[in-house]
Amino acid sequence: MSAPLLEVRDLRVEVGHGARRVQAVRGVDLTLARGETLGLVGESGSGKSTLARALMQLLPVHSGTVQLNGQSLTTLSAARMRPLRRQMQMVFQDPSLNPRQRAGDMLAEVLHTHDLYPGPQRAERVRALLQMVGLSAEHAPRYPHALSGGQKQRLGIARALAVEPQLIVADEPLSALDVSISAQIVNLLVRLRDALGLSMLFISHDLEVVEFLCDRVMVMYLGRVMEVAPVATLFARPTHPYTQALLAAAPQPSLTAPRPRVALLGEPPSPVAPPSGCVFRTRCPMAQPACAEQVPVLQTVSPGHQVACPLVARPGAPS
Amino acid sequence: MSQDLRLLVQGLHTRLQHDGRETALVRGVDLRLHAGETLALVGESGSGKSLTALTLMRLLARDARWSWDGQAELVDADGQHHDLLRLPEAQIRRLRGHQMAMIFQEPMSCLNPVLTVGQQIAESVRLHLGLSPAAARQRALQALEEVEIAAARQRLDEYPHQLSGGMRQRVMIAMAMVCAPRVLIADEPTTALDVTIAAQILALMRRLQEANGMAVLFITHHLGVVAHYADRVSVMYAGRVVESADVPRLFAQPSHPYTRGLLECLPGRARQRALATGQAPVLLDIPGQAPSMQDLPEGCSFAPRCPQAHARCGAGEVPWQGAPEHRYRCWLNATEGLA
Repeated sequence: MSAPLLEVRDLRVEVGHGARRVQAVRGVDLTLARGETLGLVGESGSGKSTLARALMQLLPVHSGTVQLNGQSLTTLSAARMRPLRRQMQMVFQDPSLNPRQRAGDMLAEVLHTHDLYPGPQRAERVRALLQMVGLSAEHAPRYPHALSGGQKQRLGIARALAVEPQLIVADEPLSALDVSISAQIVNLLVRLRDALGLSMLFISHDLEVVEFLCDRVMVMYLGRVMEVAPVATLFARPTHPYTQALLAAAPQPSLTAPRPRVALLGEPPSPVAPPSGCVFRTRCPMAQPACAEQVPVLQTVSPGHQVACPLVARPGAPS
Repeated sequence: MSQDLRLLVQGLHTRLQHDGRETALVRGVDLRLHAGETLALVGESGSGKSLTALTLMRLLARDARWSWDGQAELVDADGQHHDLLRLPEAQIRRLRGHQMAMIFQEPMSCLNPVLTVGQQIAESVRLHLGLSPAAARQRALQALEEVEIAAARQRLDEYPHQLSGGMRQRVMIAMAMVCAPRVLIADEPTTALDVTIAAQILALMRRLQEANGMAVLFITHHLGVVAHYADRVSVMYAGRVVESADVPRLFAQPSHPYTRGLLECLPGRARQRALATGQAPVLLDIPGQAPSMQDLPEGCSFAPRCPQAHARCGAGEVPWQGAPEHRYRCWLNATEGLA
């Protein structure tokens, strides 16, 4: 086994100021192998996006470590971080393109910033990047307003790929897209991932796409990991009460699928003052007084399958 | 027993005048909605779903020049038909919020930020039912309790910004439901919500519908919601309905190539196909994108993206096929002369 591409240990991230200061990520461990796609799911406020931004060093890390290729990122200065940024790139829900910059110029600028493909090679590389994401040279002179939503997202992906990263962190890249366009982008991501051997952290609220695209899935709630498992295991045997509730609530587009259940009442508590012990206990159908006492740790229940709930996590027990 | 018809729409057109030209955005939509029934209106952005709803509610943005024609009738409890497209604004205002109501994806688009929740709900009751301020407040409280909002009495005196997204959605539903409308139009009411909260809101809507028998026009792009919450479904593309069926028929036998394409795009279906064939799952997509409404192709609007398009699709009015309970608009399998 080769060393993991990304290794995160006990990561804590705080956001906000004063009384609104929130520990949005509360001790997360994460490992991502080369070529692997890890799905990150959970409701708004679960810390998914904060975690992604902290990994990218776009938010300050409060404590814990992030290692990329065995090199610690958390202790690096901005100047020394810069070359490493090439290895990890982000794709956003809204690609946030400069409205006054043409598609081709934008890609050329990224190449210029990182000193890639100098001189006459650069225009060639821009064309290749456009083609890689299913656009063509015809799109190079266009401004963002002359591109459709799907084309903008393709351009956002081309921008990420321009620096030849090893890791793509995609934060809800499909949420703003229509069903047919979303399917195009999923297929594009699969094709690029396989062709370029990319690792991917894929944040989504669409469980269907996560099941389709990911190798493993991590479920977060109020900044903590509730469950992590290989994708088939997670969907066949969701074990944490929160994962079960999340899966039960999602309406699947099939008449033979069970009707969605309201498995959780109320809304997540404020992350400013999260519950003691298990953060999920205030909405958990199985909660017991003891859940308020101790923060549950992730326990391994089967190979690669970990659950942070002492009530259900019995190693080897059939679930 | 004749069915209790609530809303009848035939040949609805909505056009926008802009820069001296006119663009048809809704191009001949037919809908029928009966008591206790949920009709899903499905389609991608720009297909005309929301514009159809806004035309029926006469809520099209005032800062643009719109025109509309066709038939759209709301049937009230006495069996009287109200012409939604031609009634003067004053009379529409008496129907809107009373006989027919609408809820939106973004609650803040219809909640007034400077009025308390109680004031907003009470306003509707006072206007339509003529209740006294005290009785209206009482009715508002009852409405909040019906939507199962936590600490309803306290919410009455709160402002929208003090509520969470899920709670605002409940307040908006309470406002829409307070006069027991005969028709409710729901435009993507759960799209912005987390899945666990969406399940709560959908269950709530179903319970309210079962209690008062309202007819619901449910606009969504989420086929999972359609599968579990709608009775019938109409699929829209480029301003037209291209297929209409009851939900089991549509999922079992999608007949328009666009509907088939939409279902093929679903990852769950791709996995089922893979299981059946023993191959790695592949997501089929619909190549290209929806046409610009200012520059529609001749003939069938879907033809440029359609894997089964042939010469005949490029011109003329596309015929309806199938039976009334499941019809679709396509040249495929059409017998000559049917059109």
